Amino acid sequence: MSQNSNGTGHEHTSREEDNVNSRRAFFKNFGLFGAVAAVGGAAIYSGYEYQESKPGHDMVKVLTSDNRIVEVPRDQIKDVKVDTDQLQKQGREGLKGHRFVMVIDLSKCRNARKCISACQGAHHLRPYEYHINTLVMQESEHTAPYFMPKPCQHCDNPPCVAVCPVDATFKRQDGIVLIDNERCIGCRFCIAACPYSARLFHWEEPLMAESDKGKPYNIELNVPQRKGTITKCLFSSDRLREGKLPYCVSACPNGVYYFGDENQDAVTNGTTKETFRLSELLKVNAGYQLMAELGTKPRVYYLPPKNRLFEFKDEKDPVQETT
Amino acid sequence: MASEVNTDFLHDKKLDSIAADILRPVGITQGFIVWMGFLGISLLACIYAYYIQFDKGLIVTGLRDYISWGMYIANFVFFVATSLVGMLISSVLGLIGFKWVKPIARIAEIIAVAFAAIAGLVIVSDMGRPERLPYVFMYGRIQSPIIWDVTVVTTYLVISTLLYFLPLIPDLAISKGRMGHTPKWLQKTYEILAVNWKHTPKQYQILLKAVRIMLILIIPTAFAIHTVTSWLFAVTLRPGWDSSIFGPYFLTGAFVAGSAAVVIMMYFVRTNYKLDKYLTEHHFDMMGKLLVLVSIVYLYFNINEYLVPGFKMKTAEAIHLKDLFVGDWAFMFWSVQLLGLVIPIILLLFKFFRKPLSMFVISIVVLIAAWFKRLIIVVPTQDHPFLPIQHVPKAWMVYQPTIVESAITIGTLLLVIIIITVLVKFFPVIPIWEMAEEQNEIDSKSKE
Repeated sequence: MSQNSNGTGHEHTSREEDNVNSRRAFFKNFGLFGAVAAVGGAAIYSGYEYQESKPGHDMVKVLTSDNRIVEVPRDQIKDVKVDTDQLQKQGREGLKGHRFVMVIDLSKCRNARKCISACQGAHHLRPYEYHINTLVMQESEHTAPYFMPKPCQHCDNPPCVAVCPVDATFKRQDGIVLIDNERCIGCRFCIAACPYSARLFHWEEPLMAESDKGKPYNIELNVPQRKGTITKCLFSSDRLREGKLPYCVSACPNGVYYFGDENQDAVTNGTTKETFRLSELLKVNAGYQLMAELGTKPRVYYLPPKNRLFEFKDEKDPVQETT
Repeated sequence: MASEVNTDFLHDKKLDSIAADILRPVGITQGFIVWMGFLGISLLACIYAYYIQFDKGLIVTGLRDYISWGMYIANFVFFVATSLVGMLISSVLGLIGFKWVKPIARIAEIIAVAFAAIAGLVIVSDMGRPERLPYVFMYGRIQSPIIWDVTVVTTYLVISTLLYFLPLIPDLAISKGRMGHTPKWLQKTYEILAVNWKHTPKQYQILLKAVRIMLILIIPTAFAIHTVTSWLFAVTLRPGWDSSIFGPYFLTGAFVAGSAAVVIMMYFVRTNYKLDKYLTEHHFDMMGKLLVLVSIVYLYFNINEYLVPGFKMKTAEAIHLKDLFVGDWAFMFWSVQLLGLVIPIILLLFKFFRKPLSMFVISIVVLIAAWFKRLIIVVPTQDHPFLPIQHVPKAWMVYQPTIVESAITIGTLLLVIIIITVLVKFFPVIPIWEMAEEQNEIDSKSKE
């Protein structure tokens, strides 16, 4: 009660105190709000910035299977496990709209055998197992000898495909003849039928059977190779799918090979990368097919071994020397 | 074969003596056990050889990329060829009405069944991926001659088995009660296989009708199997195989091999089972004449096959023919042509050589030559492909059969001999009822 008698002073001070309190509260509240606002704003800002930054840095251009280029966010890309089924499907279908063709200029071949080693490396073959082999040819006694690289001729009337009992070897829409070593029963009827000796058989475990174990089978590369089945030149159809030239064509140091598409009437030299008109090249150089009289309709053309600017030197047999 | 059967022979006393003669060797004897034991142990060694091949791959054979068909394929052709004689003897000669083939018909069918059954296995031994054999049925493509071959060989085997089994049914029924010397299980087997045969005229009528249909059906089938087998080669472009007469060339060659095989088996049955009453010198004489006939026809096709391209000597053909006539293959080629064809024809023209023993010896030579003839058809063509063989190991250029490969081939022959032995030893090898029927006919005629 005594406090009440001196009431006014007390009253004043208490009012002052209230004001101070409310002012403090205000600052206090304001500070809280400010902090929240600042944090929120920063968050919104940074979120905005995050959204802004995404298309600029994390989009990836992707080529779809129907040849369209599209952009997709990088974080949405998932690795599709390429399995044998898918490889089989695309491998049997082939590349739509193409008719692949090879031209071999015999006047340039010096038997460097780089095509052979590139091919054997890619397809996991032994030094004496050839998808492509360079032969020493001589038409008759008094004619000049020359070197002739001999891949599979990818015939349009393939005798090997006709005799295969299980559809293991087949002709694709792009002209390529492939072999499916998951289907092949190893009867070797195709070897008997092929007049170009283009096919080989895995008599024993293939060279890299151990290290290739468990890899999905790529029918366009024919790897992993398999014991008891056929293998042969595939026109490097795995490389063609990537838009690249075949292994042998790119490896040649002497400009022997031209490879291209009959539909576009264009072939590209694997060494010089120059592109020529196929019909023109064959016409000017009198191109021909190997044993055309058999009616196999090869997709490989040869340009005759004329005007050779080097001496023919038949070096010792590379395989006989090593084995 | 008559369409009506006079079942009088069933009550003829002669049936007893005929049945006794033919059934006497049936059953398990000591000789049989020793022989089968020998075959069985030898076969085990051959199965082991196949295990090695299955494990390591065809690298254990002498085959390589250039000569990729060898002994196995030659052996396959030989087996299919030999099996064709079933059709020649039972069908062609039987339907024409030659009576002398009756006691030989079952022997011919046994050869047909045994060789046709194992021919399929021979092909499997040549496959790089034998476990994928079902693919032939799952993914078969009708344009491949292999699919045609599989189809017709299977059909031929089924019809030949029926042609062996159907005429055997009355014999199995006749044997009931006459098999005292044989084990119980064999008697039981006879009872089951006899399918309740009652010897009614109606049953005989149905049987003869069925057999007749089979005899007709087997003719185109047999032509097809060997023609198609020849096409495995003839559809390729290779000189030496690229021939339009390969079908008849193979077919006529088949009859030579098959007839020789029948003579060999006749001789064994006659001497071992003392059945010279049924397989008489007359039968050997007739088989000798048959062998001469088919050999002359085969010689005619040989002349066509070699003389015509030999006259022209086209580059690729010339290399092949020179190899056969005067080159690496000359010794085998001329041995086969002379020993397997020319000399037998000359000898068998004389009655003196158409006696059982000399026929037996000649037939063995003919049959061995027939096997090598198939090797000469299969291998030399691959020695010279169109393009030169270069930059490969020297061993790849020449075909040198290995021990493993030979053992597997011998194994398939052993299997054929095992099938023949079992069929000969456990079942009457000469048709009892047909012999009794014939005897009855002769007797009733002489009574008249």
